Amino acid sequence: MNGTQSQQAATERTPANSPLLALKGVSKSFGPVEALKDVDFELGAGEVVGLVGDNGAGKSTLIKAISGVQPADEGEAYFEGNRVTLNTPQAAYRLGIATVYQDLALCENLDVVQNLYLGQEVGNHIPGLDLLDEPSMEHRTLELLDSLGVTTIRSVRTEVAQLSGGQRQAVAIARSLLGEPRLVLLDEPTAALGVVQTREILKLVQRLRERGLGVVVISHNLANVFRVADRIVVLRLGRVAAVLDADETNREQVVGAITGAEFGQEDVARTTEEHAL
Amino acid sequence: MSGVATGEAAAPAARERGAVAEFLRRMALGEYGTLRVLLGIAVIWTIFQIANDRFLTAINLSNLILQITAVATISIGVVLILLLGEIDLSVAAVSGLAAGVMAVLNVKEGWAPELAILAGLATGAAIGLFNGFMVTTFGIPSFVVTLAGLLAWQGALLAVLGDTGTVNLPDNLITDLTTTFFSQELGWAVAAVVIAAYTATVIRERRLREKAGLETGALGAAVAKTAVVAAAMIAAVAILNEDRGVPLAAVIMLSLMAIFSFITKRTRYGRHIFAVGGNAEAARRAGISTKWVRITVFTLGSTLAAAGGILAASRLLAVNQSSGGSDLLLLAIAGPVIAGTSLFGGRGFVWSALLGALVIGSISNGMDLLALSSDIKFMITGAVLLLAVTIDAATRLRRQTGTT
Repeated sequence: MNGTQSQQAATERTPANSPLLALKGVSKSFGPVEALKDVDFELGAGEVVGLVGDNGAGKSTLIKAISGVQPADEGEAYFEGNRVTLNTPQAAYRLGIATVYQDLALCENLDVVQNLYLGQEVGNHIPGLDLLDEPSMEHRTLELLDSLGVTTIRSVRTEVAQLSGGQRQAVAIARSLLGEPRLVLLDEPTAALGVVQTREILKLVQRLRERGLGVVVISHNLANVFRVADRIVVLRLGRVAAVLDADETNREQVVGAITGAEFGQEDVARTTEEHAL
Repeated sequence: MSGVATGEAAAPAARERGAVAEFLRRMALGEYGTLRVLLGIAVIWTIFQIANDRFLTAINLSNLILQITAVATISIGVVLILLLGEIDLSVAAVSGLAAGVMAVLNVKEGWAPELAILAGLATGAAIGLFNGFMVTTFGIPSFVVTLAGLLAWQGALLAVLGDTGTVNLPDNLITDLTTTFFSQELGWAVAAVVIAAYTATVIRERRLREKAGLETGALGAAVAKTAVVAAAMIAAVAILNEDRGVPLAAVIMLSLMAIFSFITKRTRYGRHIFAVGGNAEAARRAGISTKWVRITVFTLGSTLAAAGGILAASRLLAVNQSSGGSDLLLLAIAGPVIAGTSLFGGRGFVWSALLGALVIGSISNGMDLLALSSDIKFMITGAVLLLAVTIDAATRLRRQTGTT
């Protein structure tokens, strides 16, 4: 069993004709530092990809390249087979790419409904007055949380300051879904959570997959990645070190790819080469 | 968090009991800050009434209202700026300068009173725009920008007033602002309009929520709240009518409160003020122009300060070198904070400007009635400020540890 086999398996799983998102030969440099080097990446609809790697491996840079926050220097992006440019957050958003950052970007002083609709409030547009339509927003918030199976938030009029970490993460993910995205990028969604809350969030990620969304999950926690991901993409020093099928690989293999040590440099280098082809 | 579903299936009786328990729990967690402040005012009034039975007379309460209009108006602007998580230490100085500009233009330059008032307000707006610009463009803390303003605008007032140092206002529209009292009938008409508008709002809200299929909350609570507002309006007008009638200045102040309360709670712009005050970075990422929100709020804040200064000048019948000086700044900021507006941004409400001014104004008025000397007055006022903020901090601590 080695990385090459599982990579082939993964390739078979993904419908070759129309991946939701495909990146080819993406590179990004910050001055002399090559943060991403010739990275290929694919994500299908209804697929969860775990993006793992050591600090500085390029996970965040890749996420930022996809979300348009820091566009890549080189490479091509295809969305449902069409060539697209992801050079601004707005461009990515219009394509249906939503990002939930690790800091969640919630206003603690506002309640769940207010946070969900922050910056995209539903209003009654009377000329000269921009009135808020609270009942519609509250109604749609309840519907959305219900459809996601979020049951632990007792009142959507609770200040976010009074919610637990898991509930906040759920609110942030729900907010990203308001724009009806096709693809959701989750940056360390379980980093600050306890066992029970982590389970809730992983269930939520599975709901996203059931909805047919493509999901990218960055995580340091390999156990969580194995519990939720269909495929695992390992980055190392800005390159794709391995693409592994979650069902057919194991923790040791992933750790080996992350560190480039376990199977020896040679093995990882070969995996990288073949992936680049 | 238990995760136990509440509501729907529960029997009505159990839900009633739950509502009372919930009310008490939330009260202890400081969610009904308004009620606590009202209780505080009741205690203060009782104490002063026992100490001097002239405190709760129609003429004294009427005076109390007139005494607090200026500072309460300035405090509306302070609330907006505090909601942003910023501070404006120049509001009092700006109120003095705006009044000075108005008085000089009216008296020395012969401008019509209406134009002079507008010029005073424009002075405030221009200063606010400047403050907002400095804070957003150069990233200078508002504390520093407005601290510099506190000094500079006081100097500007001295320069505007010139050698005489005092400008007395003649009998015209400007002085009419605080010397006009409504007739008995007009006073009642105002009360009727306010009560009708409030009731209509409450009913409309319930209808809309019902239509959207949302919980409407206990009908009894809504009726009780409306009844309390109606009773307060009727009592206030009855008392004011017993004296000189409803003062125009109070109507101006209350209208401004109502308008800005509406803006902060019901409009998109108001929501964005809270968002910037709560988490500016989150607001920015949500596509809100934090710069626009900051600049406009600073402009509104200084304009309201100018309006307060104009009301103060109208009541004093003059503008002099100490206009906008003394403890006005402290009281204008302390008022809303006493009544539950946070100094740290994102939490508060416009009516705290009125409630806070009532607390401070009642204490000051009561101590004047008792003819206490300045030393005692300062110390008591300071102690009450500290007490109020301590209660607030204690409940907030309980809120942080009481729920997970």
